[in-house]
Amino acid sequence: MEKQVATFEVKKGLAQMLKGGVIMDVVTAEHARIAENAGAAAVMALERVPADIRAHGGVARMSDPGLIEEIMNTVSIPVMAKVRIGHFVEAQILESLGVDYVDESEVLTPADEANHINKHDFKIPFVCGCRNLGEALRRVGEGAAMIRTKGEAGTGDVVEAVRHARTVLGTVRKLQTMPDEELMALAKELGAPFELVKETKELGRLPVVNFAAGGIATPADAALMMQLGVDGVFVGSGIFKSGDPARRAEAIVKATTHYNNAKILAEVSRNLGEPMVGRQVTDIPKEDLIAQRGW
Amino acid sequence: MISSTTIGVLALQGDFAEHASMLARLGAQVREVRLPEELEGLDGLVLPGGESTTIGKLATDYGLMEPLRKFGQTKAIYGTCAGAIFLSKDAERKQPLLGVMDITVERNAYGRQVESFDVEVDVPAVKGLAPGDPPVRAVFIRAPLIKSVSGDAEALASLPDGRIIAAQQGKLLATAFHPEISGDDRFHRLFLNLAKS
Repeated sequence: MEKQVATFEVKKGLAQMLKGGVIMDVVTAEHARIAENAGAAAVMALERVPADIRAHGGVARMSDPGLIEEIMNTVSIPVMAKVRIGHFVEAQILESLGVDYVDESEVLTPADEANHINKHDFKIPFVCGCRNLGEALRRVGEGAAMIRTKGEAGTGDVVEAVRHARTVLGTVRKLQTMPDEELMALAKELGAPFELVKETKELGRLPVVNFAAGGIATPADAALMMQLGVDGVFVGSGIFKSGDPARRAEAIVKATTHYNNAKILAEVSRNLGEPMVGRQVTDIPKEDLIAQRGW
Repeated sequence: MISSTTIGVLALQGDFAEHASMLARLGAQVREVRLPEELEGLDGLVLPGGESTTIGKLATDYGLMEPLRKFGQTKAIYGTCAGAIFLSKDAERKQPLLGVMDITVERNAYGRQVESFDVEVDVPAVKGLAPGDPPVRAVFIRAPLIKSVSGDAEALASLPDGRIIAAQQGKLLATAFHPEISGDDRFHRLFLNLAKS
């Protein structure tokens, strides 16, 4: 066999290497260095963290390629970057830069109200958000090689991350006990490709790596998501909107590794300084919720 | 079925679950290792793929570096990708390394993720471990290159262009690729044989 690049196994493979790790949002090369030194498994390069996108309003787009390249040149760990939902040209640009993963993200303003990117067309792998198993498997069907539950970005409130992780993982558990003749009806109900529903039942898990995101702000939040059964965590505003980013970043990394060890969790939670201010999800008008973007 | 051998999988970060399930399929007892005391009673240890900077930092902060070096003096260790980097004595960059294998590695030597690849290679060292001895399917993810082997270390496999992708030194085994995700269990069988010897 000749050397093959960009096979689905290779795309999925990088996400497998990120498991048990923390992927941190960074807006400068200096942030990226702090994240790497704190033990981040990867960084997400962007111009504004979700809390600022929320506060700032306006249209949120792919970041300046210059900024992304500067971050790629600063750290040795993988660098991810975001494109708008459906904006395949932004994705082509990121592919030409050679970023390691593209996040087709609801945190940016969607470019297409009906369609996501056909991710099979690309050599670089994609991660996409979901709120439930149907949404997760639709994204995998389009070629996503990694999934993250959405949570509610930029809030520091973990409640939606918990809801989405419980919904996805709970449906996978339910699938285990279902007889095969009920799978088509479930696929119809979920709006998910039948073959992927079948595969998920056989594997007993999503066919790709599944991280949690959206609202994780403390070491305890990260450990909570890990104990619920996700493979790792994304932390957006939670680190660089807090009082002592370097310390909090390291504490969240340690909590993600030692998620089952309450003694270590207590130790790393001590004296972290101010957490990000946060905003309760129930105070946000329904139409302003970011997680509902995605089809 | 290989008789009961207890193998630890360093579970600080990375694809340790993939290694654990492959080892369990081969009949080993498997334990996740995050703290030094969890090395007690193991016959061998796997250092998984992941981010070598993350794994090195957590191993340093939780006092694992010396216990792991001591473990490697008498027991079998198998490192894949980041694990191979961690075993090396030189990664040409400042980061915590165990330094127990006489190999020099270059991180991300094949480029970024777009350059990641899989390929089939013949590996004489795993001959007889699978019926018909088909070539090994090797998956490289932002993989390191084993630039050189010295001292007691020897190269086990290379790409057609001569670049070294696997090495062994006594009971220590390193591969730049990931058998744990390709489903080819021959390197894990080889490792279990080392752990039992």
